[in-house]
Amino acid sequence: MKLLAELRAQGRGRDMAAVLAHIPYARFLGIDVDVKGNEVTTILPFKEDLVGNVNLPALHGGVIGALLEITAVTQLLFDTSCERLPKTIDLSVDYLRSGRPQPTYGRAIVTRHGRRVANVRSEIWQEERSRPIGVSHGHFLLAPL
Amino acid sequence: MNDLTDHLLHIPHARAIGMTLVRHDDAGCLVRVPYAEHLVGDPDTGVIHGGVLTAVLDNTCGMAVRPTAGSPEDGPVSMATLDLRIDYMGAAEPHRDVFAEAVCYKRTRHIAFVRATAYQTSPDDPIATCVASFMLGTPNAPRETAGPEAAS
Repeated sequence: MKLLAELRAQGRGRDMAAVLAHIPYARFLGIDVDVKGNEVTTILPFKEDLVGNVNLPALHGGVIGALLEITAVTQLLFDTSCERLPKTIDLSVDYLRSGRPQPTYGRAIVTRHGRRVANVRSEIWQEERSRPIGVSHGHFLLAPL
Repeated sequence: MNDLTDHLLHIPHARAIGMTLVRHDDAGCLVRVPYAEHLVGDPDTGVIHGGVLTAVLDNTCGMAVRPTAGSPEDGPVSMATLDLRIDYMGAAEPHRDVFAEAVCYKRTRHIAFVRATAYQTSPDDPIATCVASFMLGTPNAPRETAGPEAAS
């Protein structure tokens, strides 16, 4: 795995913005990241391409799922030094509210970090953290170091 | 081909990803996503991101809930995804199209239950599977001016 190894060689192993900048799909969605101490927040600014229902309008369910997944993987990469990007084994998403045409924020917590598999919970919200629009839990396969 | 072809073009995110309808009939709904650079999740391998599969599976499941064109139930349907669980069986092969095929196996007055498979060569060799449930008859007008009309 070149991307993560290269960033680590440059001393930027925990530079999550640099990691996301190298992932074309994250760039296409427009996902940014904010790291304060050990707290990682993903940020998805609104743009028209993310809409799934033009009448409401509302974010596409796939965008919500993708942001939850990327939030989980970003937290995993921040917490651990993976050789390659963790592979998603499964992801279970609860859609709680429709996503409005506004910025969306995400946080994740690694609930268990095993040798091969990690369990991660994510949540994303818009105006109020206490009113998440989607939550997920997933299992991720970690590359052995 | 029925009006769902057009339907996909009116979903900005479906268009941005490149989804096209292959077929929609009583057997289910089949959607194609051509390989594209902006969908890549791992720059070292060129494998498309799991989020792309989430988007196409969610969209295909939703379309499978819609009645087929010309059927007695044909008409506008508004819905919202309640939950979606995806299992990833293996990485998609780079530079090849991805297909998602969904079947709505139960539809009640308020909820529809759907399962779907994403594959490249054959449905027997899935790269991901999912189950989803949808709430039917959800509001489908801007919140500020919520009206009774429910466009599809």
